[in-house]
Amino acid sequence: MKLVIINYGAGNIQSIRFAFERLGYNAVLSDSAEEISAADRVIFPGVGEASSAMRKLKASGLDRVIPGLKQPVLGICLGMQLMCHSSEEGSTEGLGIFDVDVVKFGAGVKVPQIGWNEISNLKTGLFEGVAENSHIYLVHSYYAPLCSATIATSDYGLGYSAALHRDNFYGVQFHPEKSSVAGEIILDNFLSL
Amino acid sequence: MLTKRIIPCLDIKDGRTVKGVNFVDLRDAGDPVELAEFYAKEGADELVFLDISATEERRKTLANLVRRVAAKVNIPFTVGGGISSVADVDLLLHNGADKISVNSSAVKNPQLINDLVAKFGSQCIVVAIDARMVEGVWKVHLVGGKVPTDIELFAWAREVEERGAGEILFTSMDHDGTKNGFANEALARLSTERNIPVIASGGAGNMQHFTDTFLLGKADAALAASVFHFKEIEIEQLKKHLKDQGIPVRI
Repeated sequence: MKLVIINYGAGNIQSIRFAFERLGYNAVLSDSAEEISAADRVIFPGVGEASSAMRKLKASGLDRVIPGLKQPVLGICLGMQLMCHSSEEGSTEGLGIFDVDVVKFGAGVKVPQIGWNEISNLKTGLFEGVAENSHIYLVHSYYAPLCSATIATSDYGLGYSAALHRDNFYGVQFHPEKSSVAGEIILDNFLSL
Repeated sequence: MLTKRIIPCLDIKDGRTVKGVNFVDLRDAGDPVELAEFYAKEGADELVFLDISATEERRKTLANLVRRVAAKVNIPFTVGGGISSVADVDLLLHNGADKISVNSSAVKNPQLINDLVAKFGSQCIVVAIDARMVEGVWKVHLVGGKVPTDIELFAWAREVEERGAGEILFTSMDHDGTKNGFANEALARLSTERNIPVIASGGAGNMQHFTDTFLLGKADAALAASVFHFKEIEIEQLKKHLKDQGIPVRI
C-alpha cells in the first residue's frame, strides 16, 4: 500500500501522518505529480484560508493533477472544500470535483465551529462500522450545503455536509486524524476502499 | 449538535508535567505523553499544554514534546506559554500541535494576532486572557496574572476577535485556585458579546461548577487542572453528570 499525503504547504500534515502510523501505515509526503499519480491512496489535506491554499495548489500545478486521479482520494477539511465547485472564502474557484458551493456559517452560531459534533445518515464504505451519531472533531467557518454528493450529515444551526463522495473521490469536513476511535475507523476504511 | 468540551490543562516545565499529579495507575505521572494518553482514553475532548520553562533550550524541548504527543494522541491539543513570534508557532504546528495560544505577547504586540491569523488561519489561534476585578472593573493581567494592565477585559476580547482569533481562553485570576466555581457572570457576558468560542478557566472544584459554567456562564468549553490531576473529578463521571443535566457532551 503506497499512501501519499499531498504536500503543498497548507496545513498540519504531521497529525495525519501520525494517525496513519498509529494504524500501521507509513504515509509519504509529496508534491510530485508523478509520485501522487502512482500512489494507491491519496490524502488531500488543508487548513487555513481557501484562496491562498488554492494559489499554492496552482503554483505547484497540482490543481490539474488532482481531478484526474483514479485511485481513492480523501480530502480533509479545507482539502474537501477545495474539491468543491467554489468557496465563498476569498471568492475561490475550486477543483469542481463535487458540484456544490462552499459558504460561510451565518447568524445564530459562533464562527468558527470548534469541537465535537455528530455525524448521521452515513453512507458508503468509508463509514463502515461507524455508528450513526458518532462524534467527530471539526474546526471550520465554511461548510458545504447538503447535496446529492453528501454521504454524512451534521448540524450546526442548519444541516450541512460532513462528508462528500463522487466516484473515487471522498471528502470529510471533520478531522478523522483527531476524532479518536471513530476517526481511526474511517481512516482505516479509506485504506480498504 | 455541537457538544460542550472538557479540557484538562497540563503545566509543563522542561518537557515534564509540573503540578503534582496523583495517578497511581501511570508508570510515570511526570511524563506529559502518558498523562495525555490517559486523558484521551478517559474522554477528554481536548488538551492544553502550558509551558512554563524559562531555559534557553525551551523551544526545542517543547517542539520535541509536541511531536511525541502528536504521535500518540488522537484528540486535538493546544500549546501555550511564552509563544511570541510567527517562527515559534510555525515550529509547534509543524510538529503536530493543532492550536497554539498566545497571552502576554499579544497584549504587548496585538499585531501578532493578525500576523498569526494571516499565516496559519483563525482556526488554530487561541488568545488566552488572564483578568481580575480591580475596583469593580475586569482588568487584563500579564505574566500569569501577576502584572496588572489598564486594559479592560471586554474591550480586549472584542479587539482579539476583530484581529481574527479563533477562540478565547478566559481565566479569572480571582477564581483560579479557589475551587469555588468559574467566573460565570463575566463568562456569560464574554460569550454573548463575542461570536467566537469561549473557554472557561479558573475555579473548578466540583461537577456542579461545570454545569454552572455551561448553563449560567454560556461557556463553549471548560478547562481545569488540579481537579483532574488529583482525581477529585473523573472525566467519565463528569460527562455523565453533565448529560443528566441536559448538557450536550461527547460520551
